[in-house]
Amino acid sequence: MFRNISGCAISGVFSKSGRRFSGKLIIDSIAAMHERSNGLGGGFAAYGIYPEYKDCYAFHIFYDNESAKEECEKFLASHFDIITLSKIPVRKIPQITDEPMIWRYFMVPLPSKLADSQLDEREFVVRCVFRINSTIDGAYVFSSGKNMGVFKAVGFPEDVGRFYRLEEYEGYCFTAHGRYPTNTPGWWGGAHPFALLDYSVVHNGEISSYDANRRNIEMYGYQCMLKTDTEVITYMIDYLHRKKHLTLKEICTVFAAPFWSTIEIMPYPEREELEYLRNAFESFLITGPFSIIVGFDKGIMALNDRLKLRSMVVGEKDDMVYIASEEAAIRVIENEPDRVWSPKGGEAVIITFEEGTE
Amino acid sequence: MAVNYFYPDYEIIRDYNRCINCRVCERQCANEAHRYLDDADKMVCDDARCVNCQRCVSVCPTRALKITETSNTFRKNANWSEKTIKEIYRQAESGGVLLSSMGNPENYPVYFDKILINASQVTSPSIDPLREPMETRVFLGAKPDRIQRGKDGRLVSNMPPHITLSMPVMFSAMSYGSVSYNTHESLARAAAELGIMYNTGEGGLHENLYKYGKNTIVQVASGRFGVHKTYLNSCAAVEIKIGQGAKPGIGGHLPGTKIVGDVSKTRMVPEGSDAISPAPHHDIYSIEDLKQLVYSIKEATAYTKPVIVKIAAVHNVSAIASGIARSGTDIIAIDGFRGGTGAAPTRIRDHVGIPIELALASVDKRLRDEGIRNKVSLIAGGSIRSSADVVKAIALGADCVYIGSAALIALGCHLCRSCHTGKCNWGIATQREDLAKRLNPDTGYKRLVNMLTAWQHEIKEMMGGMGINSIESLKGNRLMLRGVGLNEKELEILGIKHAAD
Repeated sequence: MFRNISGCAISGVFSKSGRRFSGKLIIDSIAAMHERSNGLGGGFAAYGIYPEYKDCYAFHIFYDNESAKEECEKFLASHFDIITLSKIPVRKIPQITDEPMIWRYFMVPLPSKLADSQLDEREFVVRCVFRINSTIDGAYVFSSGKNMGVFKAVGFPEDVGRFYRLEEYEGYCFTAHGRYPTNTPGWWGGAHPFALLDYSVVHNGEISSYDANRRNIEMYGYQCMLKTDTEVITYMIDYLHRKKHLTLKEICTVFAAPFWSTIEIMPYPEREELEYLRNAFESFLITGPFSIIVGFDKGIMALNDRLKLRSMVVGEKDDMVYIASEEAAIRVIENEPDRVWSPKGGEAVIITFEEGTE
Repeated sequence: MAVNYFYPDYEIIRDYNRCINCRVCERQCANEAHRYLDDADKMVCDDARCVNCQRCVSVCPTRALKITETSNTFRKNANWSEKTIKEIYRQAESGGVLLSSMGNPENYPVYFDKILINASQVTSPSIDPLREPMETRVFLGAKPDRIQRGKDGRLVSNMPPHITLSMPVMFSAMSYGSVSYNTHESLARAAAELGIMYNTGEGGLHENLYKYGKNTIVQVASGRFGVHKTYLNSCAAVEIKIGQGAKPGIGGHLPGTKIVGDVSKTRMVPEGSDAISPAPHHDIYSIEDLKQLVYSIKEATAYTKPVIVKIAAVHNVSAIASGIARSGTDIIAIDGFRGGTGAAPTRIRDHVGIPIELALASVDKRLRDEGIRNKVSLIAGGSIRSSADVVKAIALGADCVYIGSAALIALGCHLCRSCHTGKCNWGIATQREDLAKRLNPDTGYKRLVNMLTAWQHEIKEMMGGMGINSIESLKGNRLMLRGVGLNEKELEILGIKHAAD
């Protein structure tokens, strides 16, 4: 087992009113942090981009060869009603090479299969994703949410954006990642964001709790195949949010728990709640430097490690929220933000749609 | 018969130029190795009585004494060691089982010494514990299965009973009887000051020490000595002792000579009668029986205290632990084959059981594979010698460790391994009043506090080096460990990679 260590740049843009805008904005933002990547991986998560299929699970899949595709499509057809499928349109550019076959499927679980499985719909989808990724050699599902999609590749992020024609998509939320891996598997699936269902994570850092977190989450049926921090964080969010029904704010206090010295001076009932969360979910604590931006169906979340060992700033302008590793990446797309601030270590930034947004 | 004469293993060397005939060595040696000759106005000694406990050396005001290994030797034989030959002579004479004390001293691999710890360089910063918070608080007990919320949406505390420790170290079970009252008091007061636990062992709890209940684990062993309702409710947790690393598969034996006064009262055993705990619990012949005892104790304590089950590390320890984890037990303590004892048959101590490092790694993995690791906490014991061993044990998967020998060493024990004689010159493993008073609990507890305070500093330094600022992120974090000089199978069982791999 190897451990995939990397530095990085991250960026995110979200419209609180649900207004959809072009992916060009996020490309411009992440491009401003070119220096923080080394061309070995870049990617985007985009929300609200498939309104015409918003009730379908959108699977984005890399295939290494035709036989993997055949085998995978056979599996999909036996578990899902495939509404439509197509190649994901790309633009051939010299900066991006050696691409795998990249396909997209809009699907709903077959009602009979779903009923037989005795699982809820989202758990059924998650298990199918794991089944494909762990058993079909050469097939890799890298996006599986509704009305959202992940686009990633080996290359600088701005080139990856142009490659996927991201400017042609319109969404209400985008996140982006530029990678600086210190070892290089050079595999497209290893680029970020990492996503499961609607949850997507971009991450900058190197967590020291990695193996404690990995061995813990694997106990709950998640298979960590990529050996990256981002993968493990994504699974922990999925587990705590979808399965344990913790709120995102509670998840942030589990990941970047306040120090005991802070908890002890808090008033009741916060103190008891925090002690409960630290005890009950101790193996979900993340230590070491990280800044993450999490995309989900209703908004965007950002979190720093509790010592704030990675830079991260947040900006606001009207209904728009900007989050990035560096302020420059916000200024380049919004030169006059109403407010720019640097969240404290462990301070949860959770932004959801304004009331009344459909 | 001449064959029973052994040249002593150790020689007492006295420098007569330094000796002032103060006779302190004579007074301090319960083994009566030193003697004063009036006629000659001279101290003499009988090497054969010396157990090399270093007491006389330590108290000699002129440094006139030292103990050396004898150079007398049998004819060399790689197969028949002198020790083996002498043991046969002894048994040929006595017809008895050989007895020993403290942990297995034989030359088996010490896996902790073949494991190295990681540190951060460049890609992630190390953390300085002198400048940043560094947390070592630990909870032991089962985690809740699911979260519950009140009508207001707030979390409802459904946490099963647990114990809270300021650091992942506790004093392991040493019974009042096998060790002196002053030893128990030192341990209890140190545990209270440090915010950790000490463990009564199977000898009951002396009334005077009830006030340290918040920092006490009371033990229920196969002899049920000193077990009653007040005892079970004067503690933070109850431990069922199934086995002990030093003597897996057998019970305990406290000789009648040690059952005197308060020991007799506390154990609820008549004075002078041997306290023999049976090999098994005679109400536990199977796992379902264990479950009944666990729940009997929970009933007796109104479900307010976590129950610990302590087992010796034996060959199929992971399957046993898996069974225990499903028995309602909150915490499993695993005791490796190097664990100490006040008395054990030598052959058992030296040949039964397996190393804690391998047992711990295997149990942690098994419980994770079965998805039940969060139903129990794991305590590892059986020769944790330093803060580095603590860090390695936690990274292998322990929640906490037990220390016994290390604590006794802090109190003055020199590992002479003669506890079973009851003549401990350091006042630890004895009930002789003149000897026991040599251990002053006021200094004893302070020495224990000092040792663990130092260990805590060292643990924090090592954690900080790894970029970890809370102990829970170290638990089971095996990527922080690397093996040196271990074969593939050993690495596989430990779940670690080789150095530089």
